Amino acid sequence: MRHIISILIENESGALSRVAGLFSARGYNIESLAVAVTEDPSLSRITLVTRGSEDVIEQITKQLNKLIDVVKLIDLVESDHIERELMMVKIKTNEQTRAEIRSLADIFRGKILDVTPTSYVLEITGPSEKLDAFVAAIAPETIIEVVRSGPTGISRGEKGLHL
Amino acid sequence: MELSGGQILVQSLKDEGVEYIFGYPGGAVLHLYDALFQQDDVKHILVRHEQGATHAADGYARATGRPGVVLVTSGPGATNAITGIATAYMDSIPMVVISGQVSLPVIGSDAFQEVDMVGISRPCVKHNFLVKDVTKLAETIKKAFYVATSGRPGPVVVDVPKDITDPKIKVPYKYPKKVTMRSYNPAVSGHKGQIKKAVELLLAAQKPVIYSGGGVVLGEASAELTEFSHLLGYPVTNTLMGLGAYPATDKQFIGMLGMHGTYEANMAMHESDVIIAIGARFDDRVTGKLDLFCPYAKIIHIDIDPASISKTVKVDIPIVGEVKPVLEQMIGLIKDSKAKPNKKALDAWWHQIDQWRAVQCLEYDRGSLLIKPQYVIEQLYEVTKGDAYVTSDVGQHQMWAAQYYPFDKPRRWINSGGLGTMGFGLPAAIGVKLAFPDAEVACVTGEASIQMCIQELSTALQFKTPIKIINLNNRYMGMVRQWQEFTYESRYSHSYMDTIPEFVQLAEAYGHVGLRIDKPEEVRPALEKAFAMRDRTVFLDIITDRTENVYPMIEAGKGHHDMKLRAAPGTSTDRELA
Repeated sequence: MRHIISILIENESGALSRVAGLFSARGYNIESLAVAVTEDPSLSRITLVTRGSEDVIEQITKQLNKLIDVVKLIDLVESDHIERELMMVKIKTNEQTRAEIRSLADIFRGKILDVTPTSYVLEITGPSEKLDAFVAAIAPETIIEVVRSGPTGISRGEKGLHL
Repeated sequence: MELSGGQILVQSLKDEGVEYIFGYPGGAVLHLYDALFQQDDVKHILVRHEQGATHAADGYARATGRPGVVLVTSGPGATNAITGIATAYMDSIPMVVISGQVSLPVIGSDAFQEVDMVGISRPCVKHNFLVKDVTKLAETIKKAFYVATSGRPGPVVVDVPKDITDPKIKVPYKYPKKVTMRSYNPAVSGHKGQIKKAVELLLAAQKPVIYSGGGVVLGEASAELTEFSHLLGYPVTNTLMGLGAYPATDKQFIGMLGMHGTYEANMAMHESDVIIAIGARFDDRVTGKLDLFCPYAKIIHIDIDPASISKTVKVDIPIVGEVKPVLEQMIGLIKDSKAKPNKKALDAWWHQIDQWRAVQCLEYDRGSLLIKPQYVIEQLYEVTKGDAYVTSDVGQHQMWAAQYYPFDKPRRWINSGGLGTMGFGLPAAIGVKLAFPDAEVACVTGEASIQMCIQELSTALQFKTPIKIINLNNRYMGMVRQWQEFTYESRYSHSYMDTIPEFVQLAEAYGHVGLRIDKPEEVRPALEKAFAMRDRTVFLDIITDRTENVYPMIEAGKGHHDMKLRAAPGTSTDRELA
């Protein structure tokens, strides 16, 4: 099953490699990884998507908790949560295709960030499946590149992951 | 007080109460060595190879319970220390390793003797630090000791760039009395409800087994384990790492369990209905094939590390906490409980265990004209009155020492259980002897293992650590040969050396006493002679039966009830292998 593990970790050099190293050393797989500093500059937040049986996920969370730099973590999938991923897509365009791409972008509530005579850069935000759907909806030969942030997530309601 | 980084490091070690550091100098730690030179409180033990430094510090830590401290230079000094760090990591031994690093401005430039020590050591340390600011040095050292010794202990590396120890840069020094880390809170007390449930399950057991491990030694809970076991009257088995945590000569002790454990211990595990694992981690050498492990048992598991619980074997009642206070609580609950152990069931259980004991799985051919390694260990036990510190290397000799030297006290049996590091025994023995100069220290080894860190014989002379090296010389990497005999139709691929040094001369060349023993009747007198030489390191090169195997054995893929036992006495032959 797919799990989204959200980790509050000391913002120190090497902290991320401890997390990544743990996954490779113990043979767990990382589907995606998003990291940035939090409102407290001494802490970073990692959102990590992984897959595994209940036993494997239990070991992953226990082993992550053992890392000295890890302050706290939660598995977002265990409760109600919101998940968002950001994608930027660069698409080849011409006079015939522009209108169609624009309307497609509207359907997905995307934004056009950059325009040249031969290309668009679109921004789409949403759950990962929505981004997958957008990519599937455009002709593959028109895609120049796709950049995805990997999902980040937050739990619903008052509760949160903080110090 | 204003001190340089080098002085801060040395002063921090002093303030931490460090008695010995085991190390080897080099370019990146020269400032630090200069600071060491100007004081006498922290004694430096100069090894001959950095691996020896880590094992010696490790032996010191295992024998005393205090952290071992290592000092190595950058690059090759650091990489040479890795094996010893990994050894300590696998057995949860508290250790602080200070490694030199190239100066901050040149880190990452592939400078001379530069290696990314923080990166290279990451998978085999509990934690590591790179010091980037001299004003944080003392606090970092304090944190390193705190992390290494608290919770589930382990090695911590502090990588110190050369410019941090610059004698020209002085900063105010204050060694923190205490540190707290928001991301690290190791103290956990066991869940009361779980402890109560565990005691109820234990008291209702018909065929219970107490399975205890190295956590009892590390957690100083030997007395509690003994009281707990006596109160219940249940059989006790120890893992390789737990030997000595429960007195081996006690009648409730049924021997070590696992791959080379006793028949009675493994059969009891297999037939048991309730198992309590105490500070043990269900290692693959203990469990055998997981699907076949303890098929009828409900399992209680006490461990300080939540990640050890249900890692390989699903546990029914997990208790995360320090072993000692949990056992204390359990003892209290058992004493107060109206329920008592089921005497009738227990009598029947012990009757069954006695039948397994009657198999005498550790018997061997005592009439052999060749020296049997088991006999040597038994004689070592007699000569040292069962009270020596015994270190070992890795292989057959290690198993024989574990099987035939019944340890009654914790911290007496010092071996690399998890990583299985050949070369561990000799430097570890040096560390033990430094900690306990008046105690008898024996290193049980083999002619292959001893060659992996033999250079430390020189350290033993310089620092006057008179140890006794029991070299069970069977002219084979015995354990490899045994596996090749059993599973590769005796194709002994590279498990022997065509050239083996003349160990007596080698020991003498290093300034020690060497004795060669090749007849069974010489074993006892030679051991007595060796131990009578109180102030000398003695190398006993004992030529043993090279065909001897370690029995009993659970072969790969088998369960506890499916042990390979020694062929009936009299059917074995004393022939030399072709």
